[in-house]
Amino acid sequence: MYTQALNTSDAEDRQIEDAARAGLFQARIDAEERIEPNDWMPAAYRKTLTRQISQHAHSEIVGMLPEGNWITRAPSLRRKAALLAKVQDECGHGLYLYAAAETLGTSREELVDLMLAGKAKYSSIFNYPTQTWADIGAIGWLVDGAAIMNQIPLCRCSYGPYARAMIRVCKEESFHQRQGFEIMLTLCRGSDEQKAMAQDALDRWWWPVLMMFGPPDNASQHGDTSAKWKIKRFSNDELRQKFVDATVPQAQFLGLTIPDPDMTQDEAGHWVYSPIDWEEFNQVLAGNGPCNRDRLAARRKAHDEGAWVREAAAAYAAKRSRRDVAQAAE
Amino acid sequence: MTVANIQISETPLVLYLLRRADDALILGHRLSEWCGHAPMLEEDMALANMGLDLLGQARELYSYAAKIEANGNDEDKFAYLREVGQYRNLLLVEQPNGDFARTMVRQFFYAAFADLYWRAMMRSRDASLAAIAAKSEKESAYHLRHSSEWIVRLGDGTAESHARAQGAIDDLWAFTGEMFWLDDRERALVDAGIAIDAASLRAPWLKTITNVVSEATLTLPTNNWMQQGGRSGQHSEHLGHLLSELQSMQRTFPGATW
Repeated sequence: MYTQALNTSDAEDRQIEDAARAGLFQARIDAEERIEPNDWMPAAYRKTLTRQISQHAHSEIVGMLPEGNWITRAPSLRRKAALLAKVQDECGHGLYLYAAAETLGTSREELVDLMLAGKAKYSSIFNYPTQTWADIGAIGWLVDGAAIMNQIPLCRCSYGPYARAMIRVCKEESFHQRQGFEIMLTLCRGSDEQKAMAQDALDRWWWPVLMMFGPPDNASQHGDTSAKWKIKRFSNDELRQKFVDATVPQAQFLGLTIPDPDMTQDEAGHWVYSPIDWEEFNQVLAGNGPCNRDRLAARRKAHDEGAWVREAAAAYAAKRSRRDVAQAAE
Repeated sequence: MTVANIQISETPLVLYLLRRADDALILGHRLSEWCGHAPMLEEDMALANMGLDLLGQARELYSYAAKIEANGNDEDKFAYLREVGQYRNLLLVEQPNGDFARTMVRQFFYAAFADLYWRAMMRSRDASLAAIAAKSEKESAYHLRHSSEWIVRLGDGTAESHARAQGAIDDLWAFTGEMFWLDDRERALVDAGIAIDAASLRAPWLKTITNVVSEATLTLPTNNWMQQGGRSGQHSEHLGHLLSELQSMQRTFPGATW
C-alpha cells in the first residue's frame, strides 16, 4: 500500500556535498526560493526535514488517539459529528505529511516502522490523557492553537512540499481551534460543574502545551541550522511567548484562570510565565508520560491487526495485474 | 436527579423515521469506533467518511421526526434519552465491529440495501423524505462501492482474508432478512405513497450481493433462517453496551447543554 517508486538512482551523487553546490543551495534559500524534491540538497538538510516532517506526521496519527477517545461519548450529535470530522482531518494531515516526507526519499512504511519501534518521536502532548469532555475543548483551543503558532511560519518553509502541506493543514487547524474554543465557551457558560470541568482541563493542559514548543532556546539542538535553512523562522521561546500572549486574553474572556499565579505582564505587554518544569518534559520524551505506553500499544495493535488486510489487498492487486496481463496477451 | 427516558408519540410516520434514523446512528457509531485503529490510514479516512454520512442522515431523520411528532423532542433527545427497548434499528447494524472483514460485510449488506432503498425513496410523496433520500442515495452508492471492493479484495485476496470474509458472511447472514420486513403501520405508509415497500427490494438486493460475493469467490449461506426484532425494540445484548457509552454524558449530567 505504501509508495515504493522513489528516485534513488542518484543517491550517491546526492551524498556528495561539494562546496559549490552547497553555496548555490544556500543562495537559493537566502533568496527565498523553494527547494523541490528533485533539486540538489545537502544530506543534512534532507535528514533534518525527513525527521521533522515524519515526526509531524506521526504526531497527527498518534494525536488521533486522545481525541478519538471521546468520539463514542461525545455529548451531542453535533459534537460527535464535528469531533469525528476533526479526527479524520488529522488523519488526512498525517497522509499529506507522509507524502511530503516521501518526496525526500524515505517511504511511509519505513517511517511508520520507526515510529512503531519507538525510534521516532511524536509530539509529547499526545502522551497526556483525555479524562473529560472538556479535554476535547482544551485540546482544540490550546493544543491546536499552539500547533498553529508553530505551523504558520512553516507555510514559508524552504522545502516546497512541506510548505504547501502546511498551508492546507493550517487552514483546517484554525477551524479546529475555533471549534475547541467554542466547546470551552459553552462549558464556561454552563453549570458550575461544567465550568469546573473546563478549569480542570486548563489546569492539566496548560504546562504540557507550553512544553510543545520544545526546549528553551539555550538548550535546543536543532535551532541554528534549521534557521539558516529557513526551515524554522522563529525560536522555540519566541513562539512560546507569542502563544502565551495570544492565549491569556482568551482565558480571561472565558473566565478561566491560567494555573500560573505568579504570571505578570511586562511593560511591553508580554505575559511573563513562571519557569517550566523541563524534568517533566524530559520524562515524557523518555517514554515516561502518562500515556506513552498506551499510545504506542494502540498504534502497534492497529498495525498488527491490520496486517492481514494489507496483505489481502496486495495479494488481490497482484492477482488482478497478472489477470490483466494474461488477458492482454490473449 | 434521575434522567427519565423520553416518551414518544409513535405515529406511523414518526416510528418509520425513527427506525431509519436509528439504523443510521447505530451503524455510524459503530464505524466511528474504528477511528484511529483502522488497518491503514486510507481506511481510517474512509470509515470515518461513511460514519459521518450516516450520522448526518440520522440527524436529518431525527430532526424531521421531531418536527412531525411536535412533542418537544429533538435529535439529541431521540439519541441520548431512549433506552434499548425504545430503539428501533435493525439487528444487523448493532452487531459489533469484530475484525475488518466483519465490519465490511456488515457495511456491504446494509449499503446494498440502503442504496436501493434511498433511490426508491426519492419518489416518496413526502417531500422532506424525498429530499433526505436524494442526499442519502449518493452517500449509500459510495458506501456500496467501497464495501463491495473490499469484499472482492478480501474474498479473492489471501487464504486468511477469504476465511475471515466467509466467516463474517456466514455469521451476519441471519440479520439481513429484517431489512425487507414491514408491519401494518409501514404498510399504511406504503399505500399512501410515503414509504416504499422494502420487500420489493429483496430480489435486486440479492442480485447485487450474489454478484459481488461470487466475484469475491465467496458463497452465501444456504441456511435462510432470519432473526428479527430490532424494529420492535427486541435487541441483541450488544445494543445496551453501545448505548451506555453513547449516552454516558447525557445520563451523567442531566439537562446540561454541550
